[in-house]
Amino acid sequence: MKKELKTPKKEKIKSANSLRKKGERGKRISCVFLSPSILGVLVFFVVPFLVVIYYSVVDNPINHSFVFLDNFRNVFNNGAFRQAAFNTMKFSLIAVPLAVVLALGLALLLDSKIPFRSQFRTFFLTPMMVPIASIVLIWQVLFHYNGMVNDVIGLFGAGKIDWLKSDYAQIVIIVLFLWKNLGYNMILFMAALSSIPKDILEVAVLESAKPRQIFFYIKLRYLSSTLLFVTIMSLINSFKVFREIYLLTGSYPYNTLYMMQHFMNNTFGSLDYQKLSAAAIMMSIVMVILIGILFLTENYFGKDVEG
Amino acid sequence: MTFRKSVLKGTGTALSDRVFIKKKKKRDRRTFEKRALATIIAAFFAVLFLMPIILTVTNSFMSASEISSNYGQVFSTTDTGGKTYISEKVNLKFIPDIVSFSQYITVLLKSPDYLFKFWNSVILVVPIVGFQLLVAALASYGFTRYRSRIKEIIFFVYIILMLMPYQVTLVPNYLVSGWLNIIDTRWAIWLPGIFSPFAVYLLTKFMRRIPTSVIEAAQIDGAGEWQIFRRICMPLCKGCMCSIAILIFIDYWNMVEQPLILLSDEAMHPLSVFLSKINAGEIGLAFAVATIYMVPTLLVFLYGEDYLVEGITYQGGIKG
Repeated sequence: MKKELKTPKKEKIKSANSLRKKGERGKRISCVFLSPSILGVLVFFVVPFLVVIYYSVVDNPINHSFVFLDNFRNVFNNGAFRQAAFNTMKFSLIAVPLAVVLALGLALLLDSKIPFRSQFRTFFLTPMMVPIASIVLIWQVLFHYNGMVNDVIGLFGAGKIDWLKSDYAQIVIIVLFLWKNLGYNMILFMAALSSIPKDILEVAVLESAKPRQIFFYIKLRYLSSTLLFVTIMSLINSFKVFREIYLLTGSYPYNTLYMMQHFMNNTFGSLDYQKLSAAAIMMSIVMVILIGILFLTENYFGKDVEG
Repeated sequence: MTFRKSVLKGTGTALSDRVFIKKKKKRDRRTFEKRALATIIAAFFAVLFLMPIILTVTNSFMSASEISSNYGQVFSTTDTGGKTYISEKVNLKFIPDIVSFSQYITVLLKSPDYLFKFWNSVILVVPIVGFQLLVAALASYGFTRYRSRIKEIIFFVYIILMLMPYQVTLVPNYLVSGWLNIIDTRWAIWLPGIFSPFAVYLLTKFMRRIPTSVIEAAQIDGAGEWQIFRRICMPLCKGCMCSIAILIFIDYWNMVEQPLILLSDEAMHPLSVFLSKINAGEIGLAFAVATIYMVPTLLVFLYGEDYLVEGITYQGGIKG
């Protein structure tokens, strides 16, 4: 009896040992899986970014003398940079809230019981798929001085506007931005809306809560983290709006359309590394702050709802 | 049910029942009105969203002379020599006077320039989609198995890199391309694209949802890491990979910033950049080219809409 009992015990210990060994081997192997990606990211993103940081605090790539914040000061005093930063900020401040609110509205619309919901979802998503370059032509036609938009406004008695060459130019881009991004935001909101527990909504209806109350006290609370995510994503996307502007108007657009990326592109032309690096670093600092806010609030709100 | 019974019996409805019926009718009508209004609003937006696309497609069937007479004014920034008649007004037309395929014939058969650019787009995008997925599949398996503190930190760096706009990433990209001597070659666009952290992030998030019990079961049955990856994780991630492939494809098919800076040779530019440079003399073709450029994305959308929606949904909430 004793012998019989002992042998399985030994085997157990053995197998546990071999499992642990396997685990350690597995750990090493999992690092092998990671290595191509990490190597690539290091070479193409991290290392050059560190060099960019270095470039932003020396006076030029040949002398390497340390000047600390001089580059930043130079860039900041640069008129083009200021214009670009101001325009980008203004654009984001207007476009992002619109993108969030309208997308939420569309998501609620599709969440209510209307016919052809899936078709509408498809329609709202299509702009996201279409490359901007294909659409730019029609945009130019629509917003031309003698174009259709002016005709429509004319019906209401407003004067003609030369859209792309006036202070209204940003409106054109905002419309294009919304057109392109609403579908994406809407899908995020729809996913969040469908994840709200149905029983809570049913109880609210039984307790004769008004739709407005249901929206503000229940839905909005469950949507809070998505709301934030959508806001940040829209903000990031709003920095990418250069693409639209470039395709519509080229490298040197009307003043109010001169964005950060224009500044970068035109500085690439002269290959002024210091300016470029300093501008990129400033931009990345803004981004890190935004992402930090995203993480902190998501932690906060996540606990609030899930707990 | 009581009120209904009394109605059916015809034995005179009680007052409270009648009030109830009235209220219900009123409520029904109100919800119907609301629903109708919602549908109308949705339809309005749908029309707004689809109009530019439909216009581009229908206009591509106009003959060149019709287009230049309709829109000539819009695109005649430089003097075109006055050969074509340019109308005072810009006529936006939904349906061409005569449906003609002349533009398509020109684009596809007579002037191979556009087809070359289209091919440029394909050759820039397809390797990025394929290899980014491959690298990401391996990496996300690495991130999913044996999680440790260091890996979490690396993953966090990936997230930050993913969220950085081009304004930030293009300068480092340009520097590396300079060191590796690949500026003005397609590698300058391929390599950063392939190692872009986007797919890694999304796929890792998905893979971490695979129950550990499944993987442990395989391990106990004697499967090695490669087998677990190949036989268990990959099949489970098929749908997610499709979603990611679509998202990457749209993103790079649309690219403008990278080729502008990294490829100074215009012969290598993709169609997306080239389209904006079509000059006044060739507007007739522009709509046809624009439509052709839309076709791949619309096809992908047609077959992969559900995957796309799923992919966007995974993105909601930044953390893994």
